[in-house]
Amino acid sequence: MDTQATPLRPSRPIVRSSVSTLGAALPFLALLLVGVAFPLFGGGYWGVIATRACVYWVLVSGLNLVVGFAGQIAIGWVALLTLGAYTTSVLVAGNVMPALPPYLALAIAAVVGAIFGLVIGLPALRLRTFYFAITTLGFATIVTQVALAWQSVTGGGVGVAGPVFPEPFASQWGFYYFCFGLAAICTWMTANVAASRFGRALTAIRDAEVAAEASGISKSTLLGAVFMFSGAVAAVAGGLFAALQSYITPDAFTLDLSILFFIAILIGGRGSILGPLLGTILLTVLPEFAAPLVAWSTFLYAVLLLVIVLVIPGGIAEILDYKNRRPLESDRAIVPRPDLVARLLAEAPDTSALTLEQVALSFGGVRAIDGLDLDIRPGQVHGLIGPNGSGKTTTLNVISGYYAPQRGAVRLNGAEMQALAHHRRAHMRIARTFQTPRIVGSASVLQNVMIGGTIDGQGTFVESLLSLPRHRRDEAMLRDTAMLALAAVGLERLAAVRADRLQHSESRFTEIARALMLRPKFLLLDEPAAGLSAEEIERLGALILAIAQAGTGVLVVEHHPDLIFDICHHVTVLNLGKILAAGTPAEIRAHREVVNAYLGA
Amino acid sequence: MVESIVLSGVAIGCIYALIAITYNVMYSASRVFSFTAGTLGMLGGVLGSLFIARMGMPAAAGFLLALAGGAVLGLVTEIVAVRPVLKSLDQHLYVLSTLALALMIQQFTAIEWSTEPQPFPRLFDIAHGGFDQQFWLPMLACAAVITGLELLYRRTLIGHAFLAIAEDNYAARALGLPERRLRMMSYALAGVIGALAGFAGGEMLLAFFANAPMLTFYGFVPVALGGMGNNRGAVVAGLLLGLFQQTANFLVGGIFASVAVFTVFIIVLLARPEGLAGAARQRRV
Repeated sequence: MDTQATPLRPSRPIVRSSVSTLGAALPFLALLLVGVAFPLFGGGYWGVIATRACVYWVLVSGLNLVVGFAGQIAIGWVALLTLGAYTTSVLVAGNVMPALPPYLALAIAAVVGAIFGLVIGLPALRLRTFYFAITTLGFATIVTQVALAWQSVTGGGVGVAGPVFPEPFASQWGFYYFCFGLAAICTWMTANVAASRFGRALTAIRDAEVAAEASGISKSTLLGAVFMFSGAVAAVAGGLFAALQSYITPDAFTLDLSILFFIAILIGGRGSILGPLLGTILLTVLPEFAAPLVAWSTFLYAVLLLVIVLVIPGGIAEILDYKNRRPLESDRAIVPRPDLVARLLAEAPDTSALTLEQVALSFGGVRAIDGLDLDIRPGQVHGLIGPNGSGKTTTLNVISGYYAPQRGAVRLNGAEMQALAHHRRAHMRIARTFQTPRIVGSASVLQNVMIGGTIDGQGTFVESLLSLPRHRRDEAMLRDTAMLALAAVGLERLAAVRADRLQHSESRFTEIARALMLRPKFLLLDEPAAGLSAEEIERLGALILAIAQAGTGVLVVEHHPDLIFDICHHVTVLNLGKILAAGTPAEIRAHREVVNAYLGA
Repeated sequence: MVESIVLSGVAIGCIYALIAITYNVMYSASRVFSFTAGTLGMLGGVLGSLFIARMGMPAAAGFLLALAGGAVLGLVTEIVAVRPVLKSLDQHLYVLSTLALALMIQQFTAIEWSTEPQPFPRLFDIAHGGFDQQFWLPMLACAAVITGLELLYRRTLIGHAFLAIAEDNYAARALGLPERRLRMMSYALAGVIGALAGFAGGEMLLAFFANAPMLTFYGFVPVALGGMGNNRGAVVAGLLLGLFQQTANFLVGGIFASVAVFTVFIIVLLARPEGLAGAARQRRV
């Protein structure tokens, strides 16, 4: 094929990816400078406002990972602020045990917050969105009621004094710097996570959950970590809030606060750090200019929420994202480099086989697959064709573990694979693409591809939080591999472009690049040629052949007979869930029933 | 004692069941749960008290106007908070838009009506007995709504259209059903049912703005446990919830009763996310 002979062309990115890290860090540095210098020109009352903004941001920064990145609608996060405030205050006041120093109390509050963050958050793994939203709201109500009822500890409606931090943080500006420092650390930590494989995995869970699973991302582990982190910083914010208020009662923790935190993130924009930071500052400062309206504050927050949702769902971040408003070249072609595939899949996959034995599955009375045998061998392309409803995609879903076969077995190297453990498939180096591309629209193409390599990172969540060496090594490795994968599928010039700006065919190739990140032993392609031009289909064929030549077993579900007959070593034809014919392309083409039923004369 | 627990438990359970039906009627028409369900209940009580006690209208007129108010709010929910985000159902923006609308109404009520619970007028001039109107009114309302909906869905053409929309939106539209108009009618109907719940429960719950979040939560429990869109499940679960809550109230006191309800709710949901009578999840890939 001629595409293989395409000369090395200079990879000139369409959108310059050199919008350097410095440029991205500039607004943060400016805010840092303003924050440090603030006491020079801010008066006494403005000091309180600024401190409050810092305290709120400590909470919002963590909640942002939950809401903005993972897309979990956790509305009642004020519960954790309450919990942290009371834990710190009560421990410092010594209501239940000998009084503790404030720092120790704050640290204990963080631990308590982490535990309760997990408790409040985990239902998200099982429940639908609205259910989860309601349970977090319920939790917020319960915590306040308990604070009100548990008089011996919390002082009930009378309240309890907040902690006082010792010098040098006792004075107003001292405490301000304390809060500002913590806020800055939280910004740094969440920015680290956002730019890590964990941050990308969170957005994948939010926007393309099945693709996240196919990439081996474990939703429960990841969300668990994020809920703990978010709970811990929220509780720390609670301790600071209590100190700032100097006296707390259950009345201080209204649902309004929860709504404020939530709106700050939405105004800021999902999947951004800077946006919600600006949103928090805005929402803390704004009421100070609207004193006569103070009774209407919740009403106005609610109006704001409605307006954001209906008018600017992208928030501030989208408005600031000027570089993605520049038009893209319109006549751009996808030119894959199949020669690079071998380098990408260099680690020679071992000689295993993926086999289906007598697999049967029915939905209600419909037999979707009925006694299917399939043998996918390394280094070979296996085509699966058949009319609509013949069970092709169902077969893929059985292999991916979405459906458990009612009869028969799916074996990898002779060992039966458990159904319903979708995200374990990636660990077995089985990758797949989807009939409708599942990509994260708000992330760049490069980030989308990097999602595919999530399980190959070595560093832990905590290492990413603190940007330790292993995290940085992971990121460099993933970035290099992803650029190679993008070059292999011919999209490296679009690396920095937002994925929702891609053409349909480009999303398909992006998915293949993401799947290649797994260095798969087996690759399942669900109608990869749908919606591609004839030229693109030809290039896709060369790419698939190169993948097989590198040792990967490929299963292609397709409707384009030409593509199937060009590249497949073996073809299985399905009809009504049963094998109508199986053999080499030449045999299939000569098969009378297949020609009659499916291919046409 | 047992008698009064059962009476108040069943009565409050009927109110929860009615709010649950409010959720369900909106859900069936649009696949959307709305935070305004509890707000409608609150409004039923507040409007009833406003028209009858404060403005001195005859009870029947106040009743009809309160229901009309519910219908209007139902329509507003559909137009403002649901229709604009229906296109992107998978992004769950409706959670936020309906929450925003619910908060706006709740705060408006708090400021313009009162932040304190206000008394709800006694509707019938009957002497106090054990089986007081504050108990039998919610039960009567619940029975009437169940019967009415059953008749509507089984016997009338428009009821069949509602069911068709609930069953398969696309197919119903392909058949030429006026989907938008039916959805608006469903929301108006939901508004009436919600307001009726609040009106019938007015004497128990009083005319109080904070009933909105309370009913939003307790009204959703039967939806979740009884299965989405399942009205009979909602009534059974609502009654159980009311009885459980009143018993816990009596045994351990109000605040820990709500903790108990919340805990049981979470545990049951985690064990059976589709509800006690619900169906399994749909295809994802």
